[in-house]
Amino acid sequence: MKIHEYQAKELFRAFGVPVPRGIVVRTPDEAAAAFNELGTPVAVVKSQIHAGGRGKGRFKEYPDQPGVVLVRSAEEAKENAARMLGSTLVTKQTGEEGKQVNVLFVEQGLDIAKELYLGIVVDREAGLPVVIASSEGGMEIEEVAAEHPEKIHNEHFIPCEGLSEAQAVKIAEAVGVSGAAIESAKTFFPKLCEFFVKNDCSMAEINPLVVTGDGQLLALDAKVTFDDNALFRHKEFLELRDLSEEEPTEVRAQEAGLSYVKLDGNIGCLVNGAGLAMSTMDLIKLHGGEPANFLDVGGGANVEQVTEAFRIILADPNVKAVLVNIFGGIMKCDTIVTALLEAYDKVGFHVPLVVRLEGTNVELARKMLADSGRDIIAASDLTDAAKKVVATLSA
Amino acid sequence: MSILVSPNTKFITQGITGRAGLFHSQQCRAYAAECQPGKDVLVGGVTPGKGGTEVDGFPVFNTVREAVEATGANTSMVFVPPPFCADAIIEAIDAGLELVVAITEGVPVLDMVRVKQYLKGKPTRLIGPNCPGVITPGVAKIGIMPGYIHKPGTVGLISKSGTLTYEAAWQLGNVGLGQSTAVGIGGDPVIGTTFIELLDMFEKDPGTEAILLIGEIGGNAEIQAAEHIKKHITKPVAAFIAGKTAPPGKRMGHAGAIISGGSGTAAEKVAALEAAGVVVAESPADMGAAVQRAIEKGR
Repeated sequence: MKIHEYQAKELFRAFGVPVPRGIVVRTPDEAAAAFNELGTPVAVVKSQIHAGGRGKGRFKEYPDQPGVVLVRSAEEAKENAARMLGSTLVTKQTGEEGKQVNVLFVEQGLDIAKELYLGIVVDREAGLPVVIASSEGGMEIEEVAAEHPEKIHNEHFIPCEGLSEAQAVKIAEAVGVSGAAIESAKTFFPKLCEFFVKNDCSMAEINPLVVTGDGQLLALDAKVTFDDNALFRHKEFLELRDLSEEEPTEVRAQEAGLSYVKLDGNIGCLVNGAGLAMSTMDLIKLHGGEPANFLDVGGGANVEQVTEAFRIILADPNVKAVLVNIFGGIMKCDTIVTALLEAYDKVGFHVPLVVRLEGTNVELARKMLADSGRDIIAASDLTDAAKKVVATLSA
Repeated sequence: MSILVSPNTKFITQGITGRAGLFHSQQCRAYAAECQPGKDVLVGGVTPGKGGTEVDGFPVFNTVREAVEATGANTSMVFVPPPFCADAIIEAIDAGLELVVAITEGVPVLDMVRVKQYLKGKPTRLIGPNCPGVITPGVAKIGIMPGYIHKPGTVGLISKSGTLTYEAAWQLGNVGLGQSTAVGIGGDPVIGTTFIELLDMFEKDPGTEAILLIGEIGGNAEIQAAEHIKKHITKPVAAFIAGKTAPPGKRMGHAGAIISGGSGTAAEKVAALEAAGVVVAESPADMGAAVQRAIEKGR
């Protein structure tokens, strides 16, 4: 689960990870008031959307307006906020459609001596969290990794032990932090690691992490993602979820216990199992089609779930045909056909449906499909299924 | 011959009184009874607080240690719900079991980090979590896969995915190839056993002649596997990677199946495997045939 920068910073502040002073605003007048309240000669007005690349991003309605802007007066804060609020920000990560900005974060200006990169993720191969630090603050870490791998320092730590002071110093020195800032790093880095572990984060990224003129480390940005599987022990975070940032059909699918991801193609697919669902998308593409979604209906595949899955797929206006690909193992194919037929009738299909079944009792299931009297195209194997569903589009 | 599961395997189910735990225990018992008539392979289960009772003929124990002492089990299958799964695995490690197969989906990543730390220096081998389990066809299955689609044979199968494994086993059967052992390693970011260790086990297993590796987007385990194959594996290897059409930054069902920061793509994994001399199936319909081609080609 992703949260906004201002939410992450509130959590940081409460936990003892130093952040600049900032105020959340939802109207241009509030932005002006926030500028006055902060009382610094300059302030920064920042769009609050989940996608990154906001500084370089521009608004659809105001092509010259950046997503993050430096302002020097309350009036300037208000003018910028008026353009930003309710407008659509397009960044490298939002895609062409962009994302509407509903909340801004106005932050104090700082005397910045140095900008660094700091991130924590779980390193799959090591099976441990790792602090990734770089002297190239503000740059995307993937770009740094590709062009200057020597500028990246990785430091693993054991969650129950935390990051030691010695490790913190090692990281600080590796990214060129010196003098008084070393002292600040000794508490900042271990504290952030503690935050990561205590809150079951899957990512905590600060880009840039700044060193101020007087040697203090501050999180100028904050990107935090929580491990969805651990939310059961952090129920308080559920309030931080911003549904307007998510695809409505994906939220609906989640509520029905389905795993669904919307794509740009026109062939909907309903599959049991994540690996087979991904493979089915690949198969459609391989035979010249474009998948409209990823959908894993799970191992059970009962009438309610299949019905809701069909409804979600068909709610996408791009969908011109649907492919069902089910490997019936423990769940027998004839049971699945019964569910499919009932769901088919409930939903009221208006596009061609191709069904490929394999596994236990498949002959019986195929006969049931053929005798059903519904307009369902049966496929004999995976390749046949992909070819048939692609062919319906040109028919 | 086989790996992990053999005629010596004797196992218990942790979480046997739960719905899924009991259902799949019954399925595992039925499969073992067909393969090894008259022998008890699944010998009981554990549910804290229900020790001393019985469920469908399975004796239930309060702790893994008690179950092991009473039954002589050397392996455990874990169906314990996510909040308690890590502790259940640790309990099995403490009881000195040789093999723990964790089926549970949805275990927090940092819980698995804790388990991995705990496993260090211990003799227990952990498979999973979030996996279909392990089957040695004709001997026993520890997991949720349909037994009959796996024919006994000489292909070692390693996969991150459930139904895609069934699909592969089915295709292998259709071209007259069975499996020595099929292992689902799980689709989570941090797992007990990854491709490399299993590649080595299959390399050493005299009953395995070729290996099929099924990977997916996310992480770089397949790339490390490719490097390992190049250097250390002499048996023919075929592979399939799922998720060529998956968009970046989106989790595709499995917690670990996500392309982040442009890395973990199917394309880079396919390229690494091909560079290591692995026959990579372009289509998921082509996995069985890819193994045939790998065997003809040799290494």
